[in-house]
Amino acid sequence: MEYTIRVGGEAGQGLVSIGSVLSKMLSRSGFHVFAHQDYMSRIRGGHNFYQIRFANFPVTASREKIDVLLALDMETVDIHRQDLNTGGVIIYDAAALGSQLSGQEFFDVPFARITEEKSADRIMVSSVAVGVVLGLFDLDIGLFAKIMESTMEKKGEEVIAKNIAVAQAGMDFVEKNYADSNAHKVVRPMTNGQMLINGNQAIGLGALLSGCKFYTAYPMSPSTSIMEYLAHNAPKYGLIVEQAEDEIAAINMALGASYGGVRAMTATSGGGFALMTEGLSLAGITETPIVIAEVQRPGPATGLPTRTEQGDLFFVLHGGHGEFARVVLAPGTPEEAFYLTNKAFHLADKYQIPVIIQSDQYLADSEWTFPGFDTEDLHNEDFRLRHQALQEMSSYKRYASTDTGVSPMAIPGASRHLVAVDSDEHDEDGHIIEDAATRIAMVEKRFHKKMPLIRQEIAPPAYIGHQQAVAVLVGYGSTSGVLQEVCSHLAEKYRIGMLHFNEVWPFPLLEKFDYLALLKQAALTICIENNATGQFANLMRMETGFEFTVRINKYDGRPFLVDTLLGEINEYLQRL
Amino acid sequence: MNTSNDYKEQQKPAWCPGCGNFAILSTLKKALLDMNMEPHQFAIVSGIGQGAKLPHYLPCNFFNGLHGRSLPVATGLKLVNHDLAVVVVAGDGDCYGEGGNHLVHAMRRNVNLTLFVHNNEVYALTKGQASPTTMTGKLTKTQPFGNPSEPLNPLALAIALDCSFVARAFSGASGLPFLQEIMKEAINHKGFALVDILQNCVTYNKKGTFHWYKEHVYRLEEDYDPGNRVEAFRRSLEWGEKIPTGIFYRNDRQTCEQRLPPIQETPLVNQAVFSLEAGQEVNNFY
Repeated sequence: MEYTIRVGGEAGQGLVSIGSVLSKMLSRSGFHVFAHQDYMSRIRGGHNFYQIRFANFPVTASREKIDVLLALDMETVDIHRQDLNTGGVIIYDAAALGSQLSGQEFFDVPFARITEEKSADRIMVSSVAVGVVLGLFDLDIGLFAKIMESTMEKKGEEVIAKNIAVAQAGMDFVEKNYADSNAHKVVRPMTNGQMLINGNQAIGLGALLSGCKFYTAYPMSPSTSIMEYLAHNAPKYGLIVEQAEDEIAAINMALGASYGGVRAMTATSGGGFALMTEGLSLAGITETPIVIAEVQRPGPATGLPTRTEQGDLFFVLHGGHGEFARVVLAPGTPEEAFYLTNKAFHLADKYQIPVIIQSDQYLADSEWTFPGFDTEDLHNEDFRLRHQALQEMSSYKRYASTDTGVSPMAIPGASRHLVAVDSDEHDEDGHIIEDAATRIAMVEKRFHKKMPLIRQEIAPPAYIGHQQAVAVLVGYGSTSGVLQEVCSHLAEKYRIGMLHFNEVWPFPLLEKFDYLALLKQAALTICIENNATGQFANLMRMETGFEFTVRINKYDGRPFLVDTLLGEINEYLQRL
Repeated sequence: MNTSNDYKEQQKPAWCPGCGNFAILSTLKKALLDMNMEPHQFAIVSGIGQGAKLPHYLPCNFFNGLHGRSLPVATGLKLVNHDLAVVVVAGDGDCYGEGGNHLVHAMRRNVNLTLFVHNNEVYALTKGQASPTTMTGKLTKTQPFGNPSEPLNPLALAIALDCSFVARAFSGASGLPFLQEIMKEAINHKGFALVDILQNCVTYNKKGTFHWYKEHVYRLEEDYDPGNRVEAFRRSLEWGEKIPTGIFYRNDRQTCEQRLPPIQETPLVNQAVFSLEAGQEVNNFY
């Protein structure tokens, strides 16, 4: 059993509140949910939609075809009616849209009239819409009541009660008027309520649980909801969230905070990361730990501000002048985003380097369900030299030479030892030098000594599928979910597998898992990327010499959907 | 009790002989000694420029970062450890040019930082190009027909933005005792303090010599009221024949640190490294 609901309309019509309430109710009912958002860069008008797929088995991507279209305007009907599955329904308000639509798929629900009859505020048509979906799938209104009680607490009991009443009216309307009340049967999975989380929330949660104490950023879609999440939680968990005047200030503030002795983070999208590259290089030479989330959107320049792309891989690998150690992590799911954010803080502190978490709008805004995150699996260790351990040292040099290249990192002001840091090339004391011998020693310390150790920390790619696969699908970052679905569909017919990289730099060693052997034995190797040039495929060739037989690139600003990708890959398989 | 020995030079300054930076450095050391400040009790954040090399020449915690970016670094540092005195040392190109946006927002934000600007009206480290405070018409290698722009008035800018503490001093021998007093006042001030320090450049600013400044600077009157913003703005416009020095303006508005709930009791850096309560946050996603 699986269904897809698409809620479409103009920005400002409340479709995000309808969508997010529905996702939450479905996940609390125990269904597996995957929801993604498609929206324009505007506050009012335009055309946006919120798509929710739910099932009694795990779902990890969106599909093209839909079962329920909740149309808040006429444009939604025009654009999306072609995607309706047989037996699907288009719910609309004929009076409000000013048009009675004929066809058995149309179900006219007078949202506005129902709201008026209950003398509720116009804004509550959203709750009528939710009630209609509840009625259609015969879900429990109690779930909706609970959500209203927690999210509308500040608005008062009357508002809560009205919302519930209009949702109930929506449910009743379906029961009385919908032709076949059993059309949309649901089979509840045997699980309790599931956790529902999107990619940006997962990064924020990961930061909170990794001891991040200072977060600073300049708002930029689609990264801003990380700041919104952390700012909301800042007073509760002793975190400072400062909105910087620009991204240059953001990264420098974070570096100042990190030098001061706390875990610090910033986030942005491609354009903001461009401004941060100067500071990234500063983190490199000063060996100051920092975590940067780069949530991609299509470029160049302003590009498509609210859409998705994987076009910045080479940018985050190479951004910043000079040569220095860095790590790039590319989570494929919110769960991976959570654990990799923890790993980012861990590696940043352990090796005193910048660590970049690269995500994109698709992962940022997609909601997934999980049974839960185990906080026992987090790795939290304090690498800073403080308290007695620092005070008891006989002497201290911030850049003292060590076998690993990692020098003890003391807190300035916490002892009589002085902590001196410089963006110029420097000696062990942090003072400016220009002699060749010290320069060589420092490059070796920062790069040649650290890099092999960092490389050992990098996890190999995940492989799912046949051990002697004829075809292997390869991806990195946010394509993980869609690759999983496509792969499991094709596994019924073909010897197939998928290889997914979520730790991309330093490139994973073959010693832990010889993914190259796996690729070499396959007749068909397809690298699937949300960009025009195949940056990951190029990186693979650069690092291993391996060339994929096929590259599938999508650069329309939209994510891969299961059915189209399936069709495309099927064509290649049939030619084998 | 620390002694002047504690502030002995660690490194040999890389400045031109006769540079005004020497006097600013020695005056800062005296001010810190007077305040009984131990080297580990403060940090100096600087960017890039001749003046920005200063923290290398006295024992202190320091973060010598990027050109123009000292204020954001200092902001991050101060917000996580407000017990540490944080002094920012910058040049006119560094702070009024490359870092101009940060300056505007640092004054607005009002973090308790002390900014000393070594204002020699020229880009010295890159060999004499016009800076934001260079006089109109000055001939340089990159402005061979004369600097076409008018100089920035940092004091007027700061007062317009309601900067919490605004002062000007002069680093010639006759101005040093006054500079020392202003430095102490600025460091003690709770809020963002800007001290614009008029300085010669023996190599690239032949007109702005100590002698020239000495002839033109004077002190604001004994009964001058730095609490009067409008009057402060009026006096900040005086430039040319007569250049006033002293504390132009001060207010005691709330600092950024006072507005942040997590640091009302303990500096962030002294709080538990990992919060045990944060684990419960996972439950909010069910």
